[in-house]
Amino acid sequence: MQTWWLLAAGIAAFAPLVAQLPPWLAALTTITFFWRGTLAWLRRPLPGRWLLVCVSLAGAAGVMEQYRTLFGQQAGVALLVLFLALKQLEARAPRDGLAIVLLAYFLTLTQFFENQSIPVALTMIATVVITTAALASLTDSQARPAGLVRLAGLMLAQSLPFMLILFVLFPRISGPLWGLPADAYSSLTGLSDNMSPGAINNLIQSDAIAFRVKFDNKVPAQKDLYWRGPVLALLDGRTWRPGGMTSRTSKLAYASSANAPAYAYTVTLEPHNKPWLFALEFPTTVPAIGFTTNDFQLHARRPVRERIRYDMRSQPAVQFPEEDPRLLAEALALPLLDNPRTLGLGGGWKSTGGTDEERLRRAIDFMRDQRLLYTLQPPLMSMNVADEFLFDYKRGFCEHFSAAFVVLMRAAGIPARVVTGYQGGERNPVDDTWVIRQSDAHAWAEVWLAKRGWVRVDPTAVSMPRRIEQNLAAAVPEGDSLPLLSRAGFDWLREMRFRWWAINNSWNQWVLGYDPQRQREFLQKLGMAAPDWQTMTATLAVLCGSMLLGLTGWMLWRRPRLDPVERQWRRLSRRLGKQGLARHSWEGPQDYARRIARTQPAKAAEIDRIAALYAGLRYGSLPARQIDELRRRIAAFTP
Amino acid sequence: MPPTTASHPLAPALAAANQIILGKDRQLRLALSCLLARGHLLIEDLPGVGKTTLAHTLARLLGLDFQRIQFTSDMLPADILGISVFDRTGGEFRFHPGPIFTQVVLADEINRATPKAQSALLEAMEERQVTIEGATRPLPDPFFVIATQNPAYQIGTFPLPESQLDRFLMRIELGYPDRAAERALLEGRDRRALLAEARPLITPDALLAEQSRASSLRVAPPLIDYVQALVAHTRTAPEWKTGLSPRAGLGLVAAARAWALLDGRTHVLPEDVQAVLPAVAVHRLPTAGEQRSAAEVARALIEAVPLP
Repeated sequence: MQTWWLLAAGIAAFAPLVAQLPPWLAALTTITFFWRGTLAWLRRPLPGRWLLVCVSLAGAAGVMEQYRTLFGQQAGVALLVLFLALKQLEARAPRDGLAIVLLAYFLTLTQFFENQSIPVALTMIATVVITTAALASLTDSQARPAGLVRLAGLMLAQSLPFMLILFVLFPRISGPLWGLPADAYSSLTGLSDNMSPGAINNLIQSDAIAFRVKFDNKVPAQKDLYWRGPVLALLDGRTWRPGGMTSRTSKLAYASSANAPAYAYTVTLEPHNKPWLFALEFPTTVPAIGFTTNDFQLHARRPVRERIRYDMRSQPAVQFPEEDPRLLAEALALPLLDNPRTLGLGGGWKSTGGTDEERLRRAIDFMRDQRLLYTLQPPLMSMNVADEFLFDYKRGFCEHFSAAFVVLMRAAGIPARVVTGYQGGERNPVDDTWVIRQSDAHAWAEVWLAKRGWVRVDPTAVSMPRRIEQNLAAAVPEGDSLPLLSRAGFDWLREMRFRWWAINNSWNQWVLGYDPQRQREFLQKLGMAAPDWQTMTATLAVLCGSMLLGLTGWMLWRRPRLDPVERQWRRLSRRLGKQGLARHSWEGPQDYARRIARTQPAKAAEIDRIAALYAGLRYGSLPARQIDELRRRIAAFTP
Repeated sequence: MPPTTASHPLAPALAAANQIILGKDRQLRLALSCLLARGHLLIEDLPGVGKTTLAHTLARLLGLDFQRIQFTSDMLPADILGISVFDRTGGEFRFHPGPIFTQVVLADEINRATPKAQSALLEAMEERQVTIEGATRPLPDPFFVIATQNPAYQIGTFPLPESQLDRFLMRIELGYPDRAAERALLEGRDRRALLAEARPLITPDALLAEQSRASSLRVAPPLIDYVQALVAHTRTAPEWKTGLSPRAGLGLVAAARAWALLDGRTHVLPEDVQAVLPAVAVHRLPTAGEQRSAAEVARALIEAVPLP
């Protein structure tokens, strides 16, 4: 039975890790488990030591070959999985069983290296129950499986309060607990620092969450939810890149206006391995974790490699000072030879004169009149993206819209730049947070108007207002492939999804994101004035101690209540115990009475009487009311 | 443990026995308790310490028939149980009952007989009846076997295995008398003469009544708890290969009842259990090469189990 339990614990610890192991190792491990099971089934002896040594060495060599090291996270996990399986084949003594159980516990924890979501946590709980049952089976080989599982569940349930106290109060360290090597971020998705046709198009195929936002009170209209990200001022062939004049500034360039609406909100940003932070236009505060630039981007100091939270305030209307001429010059620069038709069009407007506003108006009208089509499958274009989009294909994605518009504006002599980021988002009615996904990625334009400063123009919205006012699905023609969750007609799915998001968000905020800051806030809310680590540790000790005391008290209380007769008898023994005459635990009443009588002959008659009363009440058939006499005599007895 | 003087029908018999067998009050009480609990007694001791005298005295004072069977290695079951002999005058087989058909049997040096003869006796003890040639014949009531075993000379003997020892309710050792008792013994009259003068002090019917009285003594739940705790301890403690059987537990309660009855009480105390424990329990606990005496083993067991 123990063998099967150990096997179950091994498999339970191994199964969730299969996906991250090299196939040959997964196969070897599976075969080893199967081997052990077959031997146990056929009641055959375990294989010899030399065979095991050979297999272990071969496996270790394989791991070395695969990862070029035996240490580090992935190689270490792989090696431990191998050992877990091979240990099964030499589990002879209980000590070996213990080693398997400990290995299984540790490997359970390594599931969190890859993924820290709720399903993984649930899997881990199941694994821990099985492993604990295996541990219990080591001490009681005859126990039935159901009994062991129940015992394991009970033990885990009993440890729950301690777990909660430790979780809440144990002093937190900054940074993720699961230290990850640098290569772990290559798969993270997000906006990149340049834009060429097709880049955002790829991004919006993903349903992955970019960030979540919780507004403090007021929420802007959906069409005003422009989350600013990288600003691209330099056209380099087909690709837009950040401008060379962009520089770090210590304070925001613009002044917030007192009477314009302001929005306060908290952003929980998923890791995306790039430094930018996203905010509504225009941020009036700079998060402590980052800085700002002279084109109003927000940057973290390091690439965002873990989920971070920051509080923001934004005002849509701010007062811009005089802009740096170098920045404006950069926002007018164009490659001379590309996009001749667009350049010609814009140049024509420029030469006819008129104010900047008039030229902007004309450009917008032009875009609308061209009946440009918004599509997720734009045709391939050459170097002259703006020309081909505006005059030939007339089909494109937000990249084409914004890029062509900025080229047109620059040709017309108005400083303009491309801004990438996210537009919109989806409000989760369950917990009232906004979820912004990669599929909300967007690109738009900003133009400089002398009196007004930087003005956002979204050429996509001009041509295809539904994209902004509603969502992606409404703007894209029928037949274009959309991310599943963006499609209409799945209302029940959407509802379930909202709930799932809400749970997931709480998990992220309160379990994974329970960092020193959150811990401090939470404890302050609970009334702890200055939650430093000393206070926390002291509280932790006091709480755990009082809980243990409570449990002990409960167990004592649950113990079968002492018979009142017996209680009187023990009282007597305690009294006499002060003179070294306590009753031995095995001593019967007569023997005890005689022993007392020998040392205190004067009391012989009385102690004999008490012992006879006790014996008659407890072992004989004296009526129960005689207990009063027993009590009286014992109370009166003075040794 | 000085006994309380209680007016009990068996008290005079016990007092008289103490006059004949000197300094062996405890063993006499145990033997009498064994009889009252309808068990059988095994005495393990050297020759000449008074085994036969004890058996004889008990039979005499209680007014019971007495037979002695000297076990030898060539003994056959028929020598114990009896045999059918063809009676020429009657023209038929007539059964001649063996020495077992008596109320008190002294099976002397039981370990000298072959297992075959031993088992004939043990079966009779257990069944309280004898089946010979298809006919079942009941043994008298009360029926009390006192077997003796000589532990010193084991060559050419068949010591009873542990499974057979379990059939005896008690095993006691007589031991040498103490100095004062031995002096009184040497100064006093011949024991045989004393025995011959002894009168029965109780009738067999009264003895049967006492037996049934003993079995109806009150055993309170805490006492059952105690016996269970003792038995459970022997089953889990590492000192013994196997623990006490349920039969041992039953025997413990029955013997404690008889002991309490002799003490003149109507209920059983833990002390009664502790008093009979060395005699009832220790010979059923197989120990691995242990040199401790029964009293020491019992003491250790008692002190390991607190009263509930």
